[in-house]
Amino acid sequence: MPSQNLITGAQNTWCPGCGNFTIQFALRNAIQGLVTDGIPLENIVLVTGIGCHAKMGDYLDINSFYSIHGRTIPVATGIKLANPDLTVICCAGDGDAYAEGLDHLIFAAKRNTDITVIIHNNRVYGLTTGQYTPTSPLGFRGKSTPEGTPEEPFNPLSLMLASGAGFVARSTSRKMPHLAGIIGQALRHKGFSFIDVLQICATYFNMTELYDRQGYELSGHDTADFQAACRKVEEWDYNRNSPIAFGVFYKQEKTCFEERFRRHQPSPGGREEQIRAFLERKR
Amino acid sequence: MNDISVLTGGRAGDGINSAGLLVAHLFNHMGYQTYMYFDYPSLIKGGHNFTITRAADQKIGAHRDRCDYLLALSQDSIDLHRELIHDSTVVLFDSGRVQGDGQGIPVEEILNAEKAPSVMGNSCIIGAFAKAAGIPFKVVETVIWRQIPKDPEKNLIIARRGYDAVGEKRVIPRAGDTCCPLLTGNEVIGLGLLHGGLDAYVAYPMTPTSNLLHFLAGTARDFPITVVHPENEIAVMLMALGFSYAGKKTAVGTSGGGFCLMTEGFSFSGASEVPVVVVMGQRTGPSTGLPTYTGQADLQFILHAGQGEFPRLVVAPGDPEQAYVWSSIALSLAWKCQVPAVILVDKTLCEGTYSLDEKAIVVPDTGEPEPAVDSGPYRRYEITGNGISPNRHPPSRDAVIKVNSYAHDEAGITTERADMVVIMTEKRQNKARALKGETDLLECVKTYGNKDASTAILCWGSTLLVCREVAESRGIRVIQPVVLSPFPEASLKVALSGIMDLISVEENADGQLRTLCSQHGIAVNHHIAKLDGRPFSVEELEARLKEAI
Ligand SMILES: Cc1ncc(C[n+]2csc(CCOP(=O)(O)OP(=O)(O)O)c2C)c(N)n1
Ligand code: SF4
Ligand SMILES: [Mg+2]
Repeated sequence: MPSQNLITGAQNTWCPGCGNFTIQFALRNAIQGLVTDGIPLENIVLVTGIGCHAKMGDYLDINSFYSIHGRTIPVATGIKLANPDLTVICCAGDGDAYAEGLDHLIFAAKRNTDITVIIHNNRVYGLTTGQYTPTSPLGFRGKSTPEGTPEEPFNPLSLMLASGAGFVARSTSRKMPHLAGIIGQALRHKGFSFIDVLQICATYFNMTELYDRQGYELSGHDTADFQAACRKVEEWDYNRNSPIAFGVFYKQEKTCFEERFRRHQPSPGGREEQIRAFLERKR
Repeated sequence: MNDISVLTGGRAGDGINSAGLLVAHLFNHMGYQTYMYFDYPSLIKGGHNFTITRAADQKIGAHRDRCDYLLALSQDSIDLHRELIHDSTVVLFDSGRVQGDGQGIPVEEILNAEKAPSVMGNSCIIGAFAKAAGIPFKVVETVIWRQIPKDPEKNLIIARRGYDAVGEKRVIPRAGDTCCPLLTGNEVIGLGLLHGGLDAYVAYPMTPTSNLLHFLAGTARDFPITVVHPENEIAVMLMALGFSYAGKKTAVGTSGGGFCLMTEGFSFSGASEVPVVVVMGQRTGPSTGLPTYTGQADLQFILHAGQGEFPRLVVAPGDPEQAYVWSSIALSLAWKCQVPAVILVDKTLCEGTYSLDEKAIVVPDTGEPEPAVDSGPYRRYEITGNGISPNRHPPSRDAVIKVNSYAHDEAGITTERADMVVIMTEKRQNKARALKGETDLLECVKTYGNKDASTAILCWGSTLLVCREVAESRGIRVIQPVVLSPFPEASLKVALSGIMDLISVEENADGQLRTLCSQHGIAVNHHIAKLDGRPFSVEELEARLKEAI
């Protein structure tokens, strides 16, 4: 029996001031919203990777699949294909989903698998004590790049739009109600939903000042306009100090991966009869 | 005793596999047991492909170093196989493409005259072969109607022209009335998995198990299964674990290279107790190796794959009947004991075509997993007497189902508590004992040949049938452990009673089964290795055995 507040008794080990707390409560609230809408709690499954973000699997008192580093999405895809009635959520890190498991992210967008992917994008490897990730700015001095990274970051939102994602949004751990709202929309979107959450890492990459100063909430943006979305996500390249928009950039419903699997009536007769029929044809 | 071999050769793209298969079906309808070896390089067009279709009165699963009929659709088919040709070999060839001694058939002329497409050239050669072998045309008719779904009428016309183009050369007698299903090992493994209740199959193409993917994808029309081909083997393994968590019996298929990518997920399956079955078709390694040739060099890899210690089931069927039975068992036991299982096979078994002896297929009842009992709040890793916890799947009312790759407590929550880490390790050891208890109920070690002999061949996997054939003619014993993990030490020692001289026959350099045996105090005196990617022929193994003893 899950606890009322959906929080387990596991001891929380995130650093004080970590943005993961905000994501935890925003996600919890969004899940409670779904339950209020009539989705049974037991139909919700959380898949996490490995990293600070992934502790969400221990902390939320819901079905969870604490996977291995970079591998939330293939697990979620399998669960969703196995039972399309389940609501499947991935909490993945930026190292997790943008480095170790990038292939799966692109494929989930391409397939339009009906899952919600929340990236805890602290732009650093938290759990391995501070190395650069694909979204760290050029010159980031991490433990593996003491002279500064020699690579420019990529823009995960552009990547997702190019890969066919039908729901592309960004929020931040600095704005809990906004984040809860976006997660709620993503969970209700039929198809692949992607949220890049600019998360504060209090210990290794505290960007509070930047996100508060440069961040603004999108308004008057047409989420049905793909070209407009492509332009809008390019406003900030995860490198320079341009304005950083939060909100839904693009939203389009289309056929989901699971729906394309023909859930046909298998031929009449049981398995044994089908096996016998096959053997007969091979004589 | 009847024992006939037919070599059919041509270029890649000529449909040599289908032609060899039609020959096998002709023999099948003449009452023979058949086996077909398919040899092809890793390319799509050109190159030299050949099949050796063999027919005999008794069960076979190996080719011989001679051929009685040679059907040549290319010059290479004669030039590259001169050592197989003997005085009484009947050579039939497409006279438009091949020059040689024997009987030429103007295939192209016949096709042009009948306005038939070039793919029907095979039917022409098959017709000619039937005539040369004295096979009644009625049999050709039956086989073409049954086995060529596309335009059988036209194919029959072409076959008749081929039949009439040559004379009877070397007549083969009817051997009996049996007519078996002819299946590849891949198909049999697929059927065994379906029998065992397979719900989902996930794979990325890789020889020699690609055809299992193709077969199951095709059967998804008739069976209630989901077949997925994801972006890579890492995704394959993790997707399978997702299916399994959601309650679906799931298998994946690959070869060594793909399994390398799966090992992290394999260890995860062991740690999280989310079961999965891996069909692991070996080919010649290391690395990309010889993609379309065979080998048995991955045994030690499979036994040790994945970080950490966890129980695993590894079965290595040696013939198609065993492949059916043990594929089904692997699936059932993986789910019953919540462990990963490997069906370890190779190119020879996967892509060879065999007469299937349906009567020899008896799948033992391994029993159902114990139903989940309600005892307080659900805990995925509840400590039980045999280490196996109730396995529930979402959605499950009032149960929070947590699986975890980290060390975890009974509820599935991450822990670094020293005592809990030990408790969970002991739980896995307990499960290993439960798994051993299950396999002990089964015939994990098979013995063939002369039960009183003091010399035995020790083999595993697809070399079984060639070993049996050679052992039977030499009056020695064959001992085959089908289960390689948990190792059936006691049954193997019983099977070895009275044996003074034990010779392992393995398609690897190191003698990997021999090493495994020595770890269990079983000494193997000789190791007969095979390193070239080709399966043993009967003659080759006979000669190698003679050198060894
Ligand atoms: C295959 C593999 N490689 C490396 C690691 C070590 N590792 C653990 S977490 C992590 C990075 C975590 O970064 P991120 O995904 O951004 O998560 P965060 O800790 O920042 O939330 C790495 C490299 C691992 N667990 N598995
Ligand atoms: S290292 Fe950073 S991300 Fe990890 S818990 Fe601490 S503050 Fe949070
Ligand atoms: Mg990170």
